Amino acid sequence: MAANGQRTGVTRRQFTTTAAAAAAGFVMTACGPKRLHEMPKERLKVLIAEMERKYAEQYGTAIHVADTPATPGVEFAYALDISRCVGCRRCVYACVEENNQSRDPQVHWIRVFSMEKGKGVDFTEATAYYQPKEVPEEGHFYVPVACQQCRNSPCTKTCPTGATWTEPDGVVVIDYDWCIGCRCCMAACPYGARHFNWKAPGLAKEQINPATHYLGNRPRPKGVVEKCTFCIQRTRAGRYPACVEICPVGARKFGNLLDPESEIRYIIDHKRVLVLKEELNTLPKFFYFYAT
Amino acid sequence: MTRRTLTSVVVAGVAAASLCAAGVLAAAGQQSPPPAKPQVSAKAEEHLEVGPPPFTDGIFPCTACHKDLKVNRTRRVLTDMHTEIDFSHDAEHRWCLDCHDATDRDHLHLASGELVPFDESYRLCGQCHGEKFRDWRAGIHGRRTGEWNGRKKYLLCASCHNPHQPRFKPIVPKPAPVRPSGPAK
Repeated sequence: MAANGQRTGVTRRQFTTTAAAAAAGFVMTACGPKRLHEMPKERLKVLIAEMERKYAEQYGTAIHVADTPATPGVEFAYALDISRCVGCRRCVYACVEENNQSRDPQVHWIRVFSMEKGKGVDFTEATAYYQPKEVPEEGHFYVPVACQQCRNSPCTKTCPTGATWTEPDGVVVIDYDWCIGCRCCMAACPYGARHFNWKAPGLAKEQINPATHYLGNRPRPKGVVEKCTFCIQRTRAGRYPACVEICPVGARKFGNLLDPESEIRYIIDHKRVLVLKEELNTLPKFFYFYAT
Repeated sequence: MTRRTLTSVVVAGVAAASLCAAGVLAAAGQQSPPPAKPQVSAKAEEHLEVGPPPFTDGIFPCTACHKDLKVNRTRRVLTDMHTEIDFSHDAEHRWCLDCHDATDRDHLHLASGELVPFDESYRLCGQCHGEKFRDWRAGIHGRRTGEWNGRKKYLLCASCHNPHQPRFKPIVPKPAPVRPSGPAK
């Protein structure tokens, strides 16, 4: 109270009014557009144009960022033939080039595990660091692992900000501008499929693939998580992912799970199919099979 | 602000929130049929789009030499020409003229005697390797490039498997990933 007896400070009426207005404002913005994929199209286009401008400034080369949406009636799935994989790692490096991954520090979205034939698919007895003179090594088989695009994904449940979610065509994506880099999703993923940019990605101008998608392979900043997106920039344009096309033994297959005539459905109907860590009930869309 | 105005603002906010939630729930439940694909069927027996046969430079057309040479059907190891071919495709039972046609060297022949051109050599391989041929036609065996929902380009069997020495040789793997370096110093 001031010396002359007048009330100072905030009155009860003022306080209640302001608090209620703030609460209403919060509720309105909480429902309002936030992540890139929830924005109205025009705003998204403006943001993408801004992204392209910033990339051009940063890398000195024109980069095109697409915003192709999911096609209805499509659910992508992948199948990998472990009776054919020879462990050559050409998929790993094709992915690095296609998806603008950091070269230094090294980020690989695909990890190929070398396992012994007598022990079967067992991650405790596998190594990703094999480097023989030639592959395949005697008595070994190879299991490449990347994001399994789970239907019941632990990572999307865990993310505290909602920066990662499953798109309608089944691809689990990350909004690199919304990710806060807490890495809860990396702890949740049972396949070690998510990778973090501990430092600013080392990506030179000559190494960049300029055909990008805003949810996929556009160059990432430091401090965000990234992972395989089934080459969303290629698959939404109708093409196969880069790893499928580079595999020299044709071990990788890709298609639409909802199309009964796709390779994926043929494989599920006719071949011995397995998924990794089935007991965790993640329901991956990445199937492993034996063609022979 | 009056109590009435305040109540309307809060009610409006709550209404907006519930509309948002309803919108999200509605969007989640939709299913659509798969998109129609162009009428390119890999099951058709007609010509599949395949890459070119992997000929050695200058070797084709074979009739450039063979139309004037006498046909010798005696099973033997070749000494005059084609000596660089190290034949190991069931060498105990097969030899050149089991696949190459004796009278028309620009074609291969099936067991029935029917001639097939080199860019349809998969029909010849498929005679013995039926299950692989079936898988290849479905796109499961071997590499295909192109569109998952449209035109696909196949590779001929011979593009990957040398028909004279079909067993794959081991290849040099690309480098292993670097091990994590631990906390920054």
